[in-house]
Amino acid sequence: MARTLINAPTTAKRGDVIEIRATIGHPMETGFRPGEDGKTLPRNIIQRFSCKYDGETVFSAELFSAVSANPYIAFHTVATDSGTLVLSWEGDNGFAQSESISLTVTA
Amino acid sequence: MTLPDGSPSLNRRHIVAGVAGMGLSVVLRPAAAQANELAAAVAAYTQGAPVRAGKVKLDVAELVDNGNVVPITVTAESPMTVADHVKTIAIFNEKNPQRDVARFTLGPRAGKASVTTRIRLATSQQLVAIAQMSDGSYWSHTVNVIVTLAACIEGDP
Repeated sequence: MARTLINAPTTAKRGDVIEIRATIGHPMETGFRPGEDGKTLPRNIIQRFSCKYDGETVFSAELFSAVSANPYIAFHTVATDSGTLVLSWEGDNGFAQSESISLTVTA
Repeated sequence: MTLPDGSPSLNRRHIVAGVAGMGLSVVLRPAAAQANELAAAVAAYTQGAPVRAGKVKLDVAELVDNGNVVPITVTAESPMTVADHVKTIAIFNEKNPQRDVARFTLGPRAGKASVTTRIRLATSQQLVAIAQMSDGSYWSHTVNVIVTLAACIEGDP
């Protein structure tokens, strides 16, 4: 399991736009760099990121080799109802990880 | 010196000039090819639709100290309603080994068309951000960045 760091408000007013910032520990090996033996290191990157708000995808991203190690993504969503936001990362070599955060929405 | 079939010999000087010319053409080709590749990558993404400048802003430092971690923010002007919102945002580069940087899918529930991430830049180059609106139009913003410490320099030939 890779370490993740998610920064998001736990409470919001209905209709507020909230910012979610997420980082995950991952080398994002590009597949273009030679290793110590001179051979190109195989690519190992996170290819997809998504955020589901009560099951509905509100934001997703496709990442390529040009994204830095320990990919950081900050995005926004509208607080509609109290519920769970599931952040998922998928990548090479079957990498898959999900983290969920709960959001309480007040009227 | 004559060649075995009796035709006039190639002058050594001509051969030297020819080899030098070949080398020069090989050196010059990548720069032009990369600009075309960037245009081709954008055209593939927009499927040939016209791209206009404006409505989207790519925020990045013009002078980058460390190409391994370059913070970028892409913001698009949009009310982000069901009727009028940003569908996708894509970022392309000119001189990394691969033209694609990242593609983001947004929607009315994103609330605000603003995405921040951190990218790698192999050298000083152009970056292009493209935003696709819900009406199908494409908008772009191009930025030139100067990179002093390049990412993945050990991989460059």
